[in-house]
Amino acid sequence: MADTPVEYIKHHLQNLTYGKLEAGYERFDGSVMSESAWTFARTAQEASDMGFMAVHVDTLGWSIAMGLLFLGLFRYVATRVTTGVPGALQNLVEVTVEFIENLVKDGFHARNPLIAPLALTIFVWILLMNMLKFIPVDYVPMLASAMGLEYFKIVPTTDPNATFGISIGVFLLIIFYSLKVKGITGFAKELGMQPFNHWALIPVNLVLEVLVLIVKPISLALRLFGNMYAGEVVFILIALLPFWAQWTLNLPWAIFHILVIPLQAFIFTMLTIVYLAAAHEDH
Amino acid sequence: MNINLTLIGQSIAFAIFVWFCVKYVWPPITAAMQARQKKIADGLSAADRASLDLELAQEKAAQQMQQAKEEASVLIDQANKRAAQIVEASKDDARKEGEKLIEQARAEIQQERVQARDALRTEVALLAIAGAEKILETSVDAKAHSEMLDKLAAQL
Repeated sequence: MADTPVEYIKHHLQNLTYGKLEAGYERFDGSVMSESAWTFARTAQEASDMGFMAVHVDTLGWSIAMGLLFLGLFRYVATRVTTGVPGALQNLVEVTVEFIENLVKDGFHARNPLIAPLALTIFVWILLMNMLKFIPVDYVPMLASAMGLEYFKIVPTTDPNATFGISIGVFLLIIFYSLKVKGITGFAKELGMQPFNHWALIPVNLVLEVLVLIVKPISLALRLFGNMYAGEVVFILIALLPFWAQWTLNLPWAIFHILVIPLQAFIFTMLTIVYLAAAHEDH
Repeated sequence: MNINLTLIGQSIAFAIFVWFCVKYVWPPITAAMQARQKKIADGLSAADRASLDLELAQEKAAQQMQQAKEEASVLIDQANKRAAQIVEASKDDARKEGEKLIEQARAEIQQERVQARDALRTEVALLAIAGAEKILETSVDAKAHSEMLDKLAAQL
């Protein structure tokens, strides 16, 4: 565990990284790698030196766990679903499904059976991942350090890898459906002939439209990540207070997050629907 | 905050989750919800129909009641009339019977009177003959004088 506040904060914002260290790399304790190998990073420096060839085990683990929780729960209900009087769990699931169905019905007018389940997956998955924030910031890292793991960050949405992972998936779908609905020429025309419908301005249009396109996944991912990360930092800062004073700030902040967490999940879902609806619109 | 393979791992997980949701989660739940919606709609329309039916039945019942009342009053009228007729007829019969009895009695009386007169007449004739015999002191030959006697009797 870290000692100074800065170290404490840095420690809590570091993912558990499993990655490849090259031969000749000097480890945190002065030892030198004799050959390149996959290992857990023991310091933030090591984690960043691993570069792209590394995996945030905590992010992946918790996000997949949350995804399985979502699918398990909903699949459980789906197999036992009744058209009669629903139980409490089925009711909860149906309320969620209906909420998403209405969102999609309002925002998406083309016919595509993928969009609604996609939106449901995004909404519930992000909601569950965000909800991990309600677990006090020290519980799981302490448990992990007792198990010999230096770092452990449980909220996957405070890791840009997670939010970008989802938003890139959405981005690929935007490209795919743009091409599928409008065809290559239609899509190219949309990129090249808007907003200025003149051949001489095609380069300008192209720059603008490609920028607009690229910004979509970035804004999706950064909005979610930024909100969650900032919230997490504040929680960690509050955890630096004397233990008897923490609840005075922790409680309002947690209550505030009851609003923030579903809101961020909702915004991500809603924007996904809007972007995909735009991709389906043929001009 | 390093970007690394986690990004790709997340994308793969996301794709698998979406696929699973599309295939195994969404369809049964929405199907059940639609089925229930249909059930509720059917139930509501059935209830509407039932209340309409009830209204119609009540109207019909009221109509039938009214009709029954009318029929009953007609029947009562008829019965009253019939009873009056019967009373009238029996009165008539009784009067006729009485008259007939009186007539019969009169006829009997008449007959008896005729008989008595005949008997009396014969007797008077006999008495007259007896008286005449006494006067003449001889017997009257009944046969000889029968013509005269009959004349006499006819005159009485």
